[in-house]
Amino acid sequence: MSLQYGAEETPLASSYGVADAFPKDLGLWPGGEGRGGGGQAASPADSSKPRILLMGLQHSSKSSIQKVVFHKMSPNETLFLESTNKIYKDDISNSSFVNFQIWDFPEHMGFFDPSFDYEMLFSGTGALIYIIDAQDDYMMASTRLHITVSKAYKVNPDMNFEVFIHKVDGLSDDHKIETQKDIHQRAHDDPAVAGLEKLHHLSFYLTSIYDYSIFEKLIPQLPTLENILNIFISNSGIEKAFLFDVVSKIYIAPDSSSVDMQSYEPCLDMIDVVIDVSCIYGLKEDGSGSAYDKGLMAIIKLNNTTVLYLKEVTKFLALVCILREESFERRSLIDYNIYCFRKAVHEVFEVDVNSHRCCSHQTSVPSLKALAHNGTQWNAI
Amino acid sequence: MKQKKVLLMGKSGSGKTSMRSIIFANYIARDTRRLGATIDVEHSHVRFLGNLVLNLWDCGGQDTFMENYFTSQRDNIFRNVEVLIYVFDVESRELEKDMHYYQSCLEAILQNSPDAKIFCLVHKMDLVQEDQRDLIFKEREEDLRRLSRPLECSCFRTSIWDETLYKAWSSIVYQLIPNVQQLEMNLRNFAEIIEADEVLLFERATFLVISHYQCKEQRDAHRFEKISNIIKQFKLSCSKLAASFQSMEVRNSNFAAFIDIFTSNTYVMVVMSDPSIPSAATLINIRNARKHFEKLERVDGPKQCLLMR
Repeated sequence: MSLQYGAEETPLASSYGVADAFPKDLGLWPGGEGRGGGGQAASPADSSKPRILLMGLQHSSKSSIQKVVFHKMSPNETLFLESTNKIYKDDISNSSFVNFQIWDFPEHMGFFDPSFDYEMLFSGTGALIYIIDAQDDYMMASTRLHITVSKAYKVNPDMNFEVFIHKVDGLSDDHKIETQKDIHQRAHDDPAVAGLEKLHHLSFYLTSIYDYSIFEKLIPQLPTLENILNIFISNSGIEKAFLFDVVSKIYIAPDSSSVDMQSYEPCLDMIDVVIDVSCIYGLKEDGSGSAYDKGLMAIIKLNNTTVLYLKEVTKFLALVCILREESFERRSLIDYNIYCFRKAVHEVFEVDVNSHRCCSHQTSVPSLKALAHNGTQWNAI
Repeated sequence: MKQKKVLLMGKSGSGKTSMRSIIFANYIARDTRRLGATIDVEHSHVRFLGNLVLNLWDCGGQDTFMENYFTSQRDNIFRNVEVLIYVFDVESRELEKDMHYYQSCLEAILQNSPDAKIFCLVHKMDLVQEDQRDLIFKEREEDLRRLSRPLECSCFRTSIWDETLYKAWSSIVYQLIPNVQQLEMNLRNFAEIIEADEVLLFERATFLVISHYQCKEQRDAHRFEKISNIIKQFKLSCSKLAASFQSMEVRNSNFAAFIDIFTSNTYVMVVMSDPSIPSAATLINIRNARKHFEKLERVDGPKQCLLMR
């Protein structure tokens, strides 16, 4: 069960620079054009979806990360995962609102084998996440990182790179910062990498499966949603609000400066509590229905007049608001605003569906039916 | 104030102090990594449900201490025991030695506190592969039942990483509550009046389920301990914000659940499957029931004294 990780303590969770960890132009779409840019990749089959590559040395936890973030695996269970033997492609749009594929690479794939068509691979990729195991000797990982980045950059200069320094839960705070500095320094010093303009895009994140830093780094840019959220907050007397993907806990905030651990963590925990309770009691007698359905709503009151209010917005996204008890007295107003907000969010995703699909698909009139972003219909009222 | 003595025994490193810290001292599972070996016996007095004090004897499990317990300290330790909790590390390589110590405990109990209730916890089950867990637990349970005769023991499989810990401790604590039948009867009346599907009563600090009433079969047999675990974790994460959680309402199209402070020592959870009943109605009902249950709690103390005269 993943629920027991809902209350992890902060010392390990405060990853380096989490508050400003949202690179403004993290465009994950091939060509880096940002959302709706039409993802046409020059690679085989089902690649109309943007692609993220997870690379790193063997045992650097790439598969664990992917399973924990997107497949709700409990971090403890990842002990039992076997080594990845082949490329594992995961289209996660069915369980999350994020619409991309993740390709998990085993390290010994013959990556540097000249017959391996990494050119094809890189040109179709929007982002590469390189994972370094902080608890291991990272010299080799560092070197591989440099080679990988320089190769990839040559093929596709628009690709974005992120480096996750992972498994930091086992290190002390000082050690963590030292490790990060060290790896960063090596990257600077390496001639292969030094000449690349993209160096400043090589952002390093300290992560661990056991805290939430890993979730925070996989957020695609969604300026429209941020905008709508902002409008909603300022008109509803609410202090803060986040739009969360309930499975992966990836979230959208009105602006990155408003994200502080103090407000963000309780919201995260709230989602866990609510979904867990709903899983126990929220199914119909015959077991049908779903824990997370359109009517999902929760109110949590704390003893310091804070109220946490959660409402379902789409099949994958829930709105979590933080407000004062006095403001909550105007609940009907807030509920109406949420209703408008919800409609707007649905429209945003519909536009997206339309732009991602190649012409021939018919989409229903938005006012009659709600379409989830991947085009599957979903029971309207 | 009633005091009940609870012995917590088992080999060194089997997890006794970790368990105790999580249930009674608001540790989260990961915090327990920092705990060191318990030296000799650690006494803690835990107030439970207002008028009950659990006198926990966390007996360090290193060999030297264990030998001591059965010799010089024997009477002191094994007298007046209400509950003996013996913890077995499922990964232990010294099964025979474990059983030997366990039997020595049982002998001492038989002589000094023959009415004590005995609980065996097969612990650290998270270290066993999931598909093996049931099998291994069943084996151990059979062995323990056999070895314990003529005494009876209740066996539980536990891990600090999931809800099984709560199930075991809820059952243990349930044995210690003096007026549990009366509590259940009142809970039943309450549930029937407000047309609830289920009502749970939690002890306020530990969030162990001490009583419940259900008016129809629910699908998940493990829901009590799951809820304990879920809510306790949430409570702990709130405390990080220097705030404490007061009440919660969760609904979807099929149900509505309300968790709220009830009496000075308890929390209540009400589950309604008729979503058309407005929240306000249920909340008022809970509020009115509160007074009744507070009275019950207060009345118990003096009444017992009167009876004893």
